[in-house]
Amino acid sequence: MGRYALRRLLQAIPVFIGTTFLIWFLVWGLPGDPFAGRCGEKKCPEAYVTYMTEKFNLDEPLPVQYLMYLKNLITGNFGQTFNGTEIGELLAQAFPISMKLALVAVVAEALIGITAGVLTGLRRGSFIDNLVLVSTLVLIAVPIFVIGLVARYALGLSSVSPDAPFVELIIPGIILASGSMAYITRLTRVNLVENRRADYVRTAVAKGLTPSRVTGVHLLRNSMIPVVTWLGLDLGALMGGAIVTEGIFNIRGIGGLLFGAINRRESGVVVSIVAILVLVYLVVNLLVDLLYGVLDPRIRYE
Amino acid sequence: MTDIKVNTAPVLGTDGKAGQHLLEVENLHVEFRTRDGVAKVINGVSYHVDAGETLAVLGESGSGKSVTAQTIMGILDTPPGFVTGGAIRFRGKDLLTMPKDERRLVRGEGISMVFQDALSALNPVFTVGFQIAELFRKRRGMSRADGRKRAIELLDQVKIPAAATRINDYPHQFSGGMRQRVMIAMSLALDPEILIADEPTTALDVTVQAQIMDLLAEIRRERNMGMILITHDLGVVADVADRIAVMYAGRIVEQADVHSLYAKPCHPYTMALLDSLPRLDLKGQELNTIKGLPPNLLRIPSGCAFHPRCRMARDICSAERPALIQLGDRASACHFAEELVGRE
Repeated sequence: MGRYALRRLLQAIPVFIGTTFLIWFLVWGLPGDPFAGRCGEKKCPEAYVTYMTEKFNLDEPLPVQYLMYLKNLITGNFGQTFNGTEIGELLAQAFPISMKLALVAVVAEALIGITAGVLTGLRRGSFIDNLVLVSTLVLIAVPIFVIGLVARYALGLSSVSPDAPFVELIIPGIILASGSMAYITRLTRVNLVENRRADYVRTAVAKGLTPSRVTGVHLLRNSMIPVVTWLGLDLGALMGGAIVTEGIFNIRGIGGLLFGAINRRESGVVVSIVAILVLVYLVVNLLVDLLYGVLDPRIRYE
Repeated sequence: MTDIKVNTAPVLGTDGKAGQHLLEVENLHVEFRTRDGVAKVINGVSYHVDAGETLAVLGESGSGKSVTAQTIMGILDTPPGFVTGGAIRFRGKDLLTMPKDERRLVRGEGISMVFQDALSALNPVFTVGFQIAELFRKRRGMSRADGRKRAIELLDQVKIPAAATRINDYPHQFSGGMRQRVMIAMSLALDPEILIADEPTTALDVTVQAQIMDLLAEIRRERNMGMILITHDLGVVADVADRIAVMYAGRIVEQADVHSLYAKPCHPYTMALLDSLPRLDLKGQELNTIKGLPPNLLRIPSGCAFHPRCRMARDICSAERPALIQLGDRASACHFAEELVGRE
């Protein structure tokens, strides 16, 4: 397993370079003047354009520019925005909050989703089952900004305070997770229903174990494998995909930063955020793959 | 000896009656309610097993032999399966009417079961040690370490080499025969009085089949257990069984001790089954088969369910269902049973 992990980490390097290059190229390489509209109504002064072109190496050919950027990135230097703010500082402010929000969301998703999935899976066709199934349908169908805004006004919530303590992130976290939660519920339910008639469950019953042990240990452990995979991958998605939720609750996280940066054509910020998200995805993906082997010993790494 | 009344509780059971059998299935009826209709899977099966004896239940797929076993164990899938009548008495107490928790305690300890396919019957994500020790921990309140020690002893008893290390392996890491041994070890953990073996060798190689049957027979002898051996393999039965019950379409059609049954089968179905065995002296000839298919349980033929496939069938066979009649120490459900038992 160690060798497998190492190989996967090595494989991550070309993936990281490839994806960041793509993003970088899409952001910087597209036609258009990066300084158009930087100086209000007027055209920017010649001196400013020259200075900025020099500062951001815009005269160099694209591949050279990318390599220079990559070199800086590896040394931990994210560069500056056009008005001279360190991008690293912006990220350091935004990431912890987004990370917290994503964690709250994943935990909510796992707790509520799996519980609902088990309840419905065990009582297929019951009132609870139908109620939950309809609810999940609603959660999946209704866009998150509707759910978010309705929840915000219905619960009378205001913006989250700037340092965003965990308690204040619970409701936004649940809203951020709502779609995935519905999905986890259904995934758990389907797997439970499928495995319920499995021979090993029947064996567990024949051993005279209590119903709660049969379900909680023998059935659930087998049904959790796809669910855990999904939860892991979702963690990455939730971090980058919180733009709407962060907007509704005024949380100053990655989503807002990214949105603003795209609007203001702050190319450096966009590329840096995406580079970090790519890294998060790669790591989470590897962890999930390793977790497979823990959950299902039949899986062998080569 | 004079007739002395001993005023102690009978050895068997708490409220047991004297002279009863250890396990009695009486007039059991089970049906499967499916979308296509009601399949009458078991239609009045009665048999019994005592300590130290082996009853073989023989029949084609769909004859109800496994469903009877599942009903005894209380692992029938409900729905679609429903018990619609009869009783299953273990030590004189009806399992079908006793409280759920009480019945749960009978499983594993009173009656336990060896399943056909150990690969799917063992949980793939837990080590075999965990799955065996679980019984000691949850049913006997033992510690993890003690449970583990007992699990190793059990694996040793079923002759698994290097039991102490293999205990940490997962089911898929065992060969088919070894896996079935694990299954047997697990079923023996709580010292059951009755062991139900549901086609224990069907999923195995022929060479391994004999080893597993020998092991089962040996264990039954050592522990003086009662055993119900469910199989469709006549070859397997001959060596280990004391009595044989032949099932067809959810009914017992013939019951006899193993020697009488092989020497002189008294039901056309049993005769056909024995005829279909490959024989060395008939090498090169085509095998005898039973013509037709097992009956559709949604539409069991009228009269004797076997009549559409029976060589001896006459008019009465499709009109009237023959009862299982006692002929000395054996029983047969055929209109011509008396002629058959009287033949040379």
